Amino acid sequence: MSTDYKRLTRDGLWDNNVVFAQGLALCPTLAVTSTATNGLGMGLATTAVLVVSNLLVSSVRHIVSPAVRIPVYIVLIATLVTLVDMALNAWVHELYKVLGLFIALIVVNCAILGRAESFASKNSPVPSMVDGLMMGLGFTLALVILGGVREVLGSGTLFASASLLLGKAFSFMELTIIPGYKGFLLMILPPGGFMALGLLLAGKRVWDGRKA
Amino acid sequence: MTTEAKTPDKTPLLERIPYQAILLGTCAAIAAALLLGVDNATREPIAQRKMEDLQQSLAQVVPDDLHDNNMVAKPLLLKGADGKDVTIYQGTKAGKVTALVWETIGFGYAGEIRTIIALDPQGKILGTRVLSHKETPGLGDKIEAAKADWITQFTGLSLGNPPADQWKVKKDGGQFDQFSGATITPRAVVKSLHAALQFFEAHKAEMLEVKP
Repeated sequence: MSTDYKRLTRDGLWDNNVVFAQGLALCPTLAVTSTATNGLGMGLATTAVLVVSNLLVSSVRHIVSPAVRIPVYIVLIATLVTLVDMALNAWVHELYKVLGLFIALIVVNCAILGRAESFASKNSPVPSMVDGLMMGLGFTLALVILGGVREVLGSGTLFASASLLLGKAFSFMELTIIPGYKGFLLMILPPGGFMALGLLLAGKRVWDGRKA
Repeated sequence: MTTEAKTPDKTPLLERIPYQAILLGTCAAIAAALLLGVDNATREPIAQRKMEDLQQSLAQVVPDDLHDNNMVAKPLLLKGADGKDVTIYQGTKAGKVTALVWETIGFGYAGEIRTIIALDPQGKILGTRVLSHKETPGLGDKIEAAKADWITQFTGLSLGNPPADQWKVKKDGGQFDQFSGATITPRAVVKSLHAALQFFEAHKAEMLEVKP
């Protein structure tokens, strides 16, 4: 009966990572990771939605018929995201200006429906929330790594304008890795995203293969 | 005798069609009610935030000491060349129009470039700023004031200065610099600013009349 939280953590962060192992949510992944900061913003917003959507789906799992579960989950998730979007826009406008772009994209993030379907609909609320949190953090990790690689190669900086996202206290994160770098535009454009992702996926396989 | 007798329905509740229909209906109804409620609660604050954003962009192109009214309070609506409404914000001081601000749209390499332009009553440009665009990062985005001071060169110019055949980028025989690797973007901005100046010339009388 006891849930293996260690397993959930390992799965979410590495073994079954949304991007690097499941290959899900590639559209938002490639679209926003031109900088590490954008990756972080998208990742954190997705994590928050994932935790709450897993909790909701898990709490209604006994009353939802298997035959109509997908439309029910989609309505749940879409409503949740829209509510968050409106609330942030109205009451935390500064944050919304930075995150607003990402929140609308979360609706189309299939990783959220994927977790609802494959985990939350079969498990009780607490493990579901942990799963959501870990999957979300794994997604964040993947986005930050991908964004970081593209940003360093593409513009020579790391976490540029992080203080806009996290507040003034985090301006120490804004690094210039290669001073006087002229920029490598390809890495910032979509093709660079595909290339960086491909290399990272290959790297993970080599890494996992060596250990096995 | 027994074959046609009423056999009790053994289908589990979750698999009955009416249950599923009611479930879906209830879900949709709850979602609709929630969205309606939150939309009602957030409509005012969101409109308020938008207003503040607008005021901020107006403040970038019209110096504070040039007007003593709230420029967003009573906008003027005029028909643009394409038949759409153009919203014009008047800055007045001591009952006289001192600044006119509106948005002009150009079509760049990757869609709309929205630029805000401010004119004084003689038709001289007080300032312009690009509000939003989707141009290539690193090439076309030098139209942003944050990236380069290209956009500030228009301050002080007017419809006759430079003459019409010079209101172009250098590549087209005009006087404005294009960027290396990006001609379409600056061309679109220059064209939309020129169109805005012509719009002022055509609607001078209406625009200079203070809206009561």
